[in-house]
Amino acid sequence: MIPVQFDYLAPTSVEEALSALGQHGDDAKILAGGQSLLPVLRMRLNAPEVVIDLGGIASLRGIRDDGDAIVIGAMTTHHDVRDHALVKEHALLLSKAAAEVADSQIRHRGTFGGALAHADPAGDLGAPALALGAQFVIAGAGGTRTVEASDFFVDLFETAIGEDEILTEVRVPKHTGWGAHYEKFVRVAHQWPIVAIAATVKGSIDEARVGLTNMGSTPLRATATEQALAGATATGDGVRAAAELAAEGTNPPSDLNGAADYRQHLARVLTGRAVLKAAGV
Amino acid sequence: MTKIELTVDGAAVSDDVEPRMLLVQYLREKLGKTGTVIGCDTSNCGACTVHLDGTSVKSCNVLAVQANGRTVTTIEGLADTAEGELHPVQESFRECHGLQCGFCTPGMIMQAVDLLGENPNPTEEEVRLGMEGNLCRCTGYHNIVKSVLHAAEGAKA
Ligand SMILES: Cc1cc2nc3c(=O)[nH]c(=O)nc-3n(C[C@H](O)[C@H](O)[C@H](O)COP(=O)(O)OP(=O)(O)OC[C@H]3O[C@@H](n4cnc5c(N)ncnc54)[C@H](O)[C@@H]3O)c2cc1C
Ligand code: FES
Ligand code: FES
Repeated sequence: MIPVQFDYLAPTSVEEALSALGQHGDDAKILAGGQSLLPVLRMRLNAPEVVIDLGGIASLRGIRDDGDAIVIGAMTTHHDVRDHALVKEHALLLSKAAAEVADSQIRHRGTFGGALAHADPAGDLGAPALALGAQFVIAGAGGTRTVEASDFFVDLFETAIGEDEILTEVRVPKHTGWGAHYEKFVRVAHQWPIVAIAATVKGSIDEARVGLTNMGSTPLRATATEQALAGATATGDGVRAAAELAAEGTNPPSDLNGAADYRQHLARVLTGRAVLKAAGV
Repeated sequence: MTKIELTVDGAAVSDDVEPRMLLVQYLREKLGKTGTVIGCDTSNCGACTVHLDGTSVKSCNVLAVQANGRTVTTIEGLADTAEGELHPVQESFRECHGLQCGFCTPGMIMQAVDLLGENPNPTEEEVRLGMEGNLCRCTGYHNIVKSVLHAAEGAKA
């Protein structure tokens, strides 16, 4: 199927895009890489009157060093996040997770900001962004504001981004030299994760961050596991004991791919694997 | 209508298109480049794969207006067909019987060319992973993987 008719705007600056959003309000929809939006429009699950394409705004693309953080432009593709030297050095977990998104063709088009704004609970980038304590820079008519990852993800497909706002960039605090692994559980190629675990550790193990994908309506952190791992020695038994706590406080869905208790079981097993791989054991 | 100007298979083209027109529709219906095919409605199958500014994309999941000012290469522009030549990857698919019905083949070849551009010397596993966005209902993939590995070997020779 093809989408219903819409008007197309291609602004070349964030200001222009914001004024178009302000003018058209909830009749308008932002287009980033289109890898989630176009399927929705083609299935006619949504029919905006105006589509505002961010593809022509050069300032939204690219990754830069900003002291204690790296800054990833919202329109940077999954492919570029996966391969960028700054990401590999300071936020290896994001590189590993970006490599697991969809397939090669979709990673060439889909964007970091688009995936996070879409906020699919099965999306592969939310849990790593949460685990790394990312900060979301959101622009609106009144200027920009910065939202912590813990406040950014609100619910299924819902974030702190307002209807007249645009996510412009994401600041990721440097985790230089931390080991990382993204353990994604799927049954067939290029599927969305049934459950996935984003783990990154300093040393083996001084500190640990563990994010959970598809274990609730938003990405979650396995805080009990993180606490149990801090200062622990990275042995198989020790890590697996800490991983037993990974499903605490989660509320995963039951669907065709698995029941909630099955997902909780997966979260415990996969957390053990992810942390051990992140620690290089 | 929105005016677009782009390069497709080496030729400059310009058209007024509805913004909702998909790139694959534009290629097939406006330019008659039916070598690029549509195999699904969900952006899963990869049959519609083309190169946009040199990297592979699923042309059913890109709007024609998003290709404005850019360069598109389809299966029809891969080799110098006027000279009757095949691209080495096309040649390799023929050599290794990398197809049965052939429906997935244009997309398979375009993705294989992208993959070999990024990784000229892939392992079998890297080929399987790199081609994961392309589905084939006939071959069981073995000969497709063989074709891609054979093309990589050929490029070394
Ligand atoms: C077959 C297939 C398989 C996939 N598999 C996976 C997978 O395994 N894992 C995974 O994580 N993802 C997967 N995806 C989705 C992919 O990651 C998308 O790239 C991503 O979800 C959306 O990014 P986008 O840039 O394409 O955004 P778009 O589709 O353009 O936009 C998505 C939504 O976010 C809004 N938006 C986009 N950018 C901004 C912004 N800067 N500010 C405010 N709002 C914005 C849009 O209005 C829209 O509502 C898959 C997609 C397909 C088609
Ligand atoms: S037709 Fe484009 S992915 Fe199937
Ligand atoms: S050869 Fe028939 S679908 Fe691949």
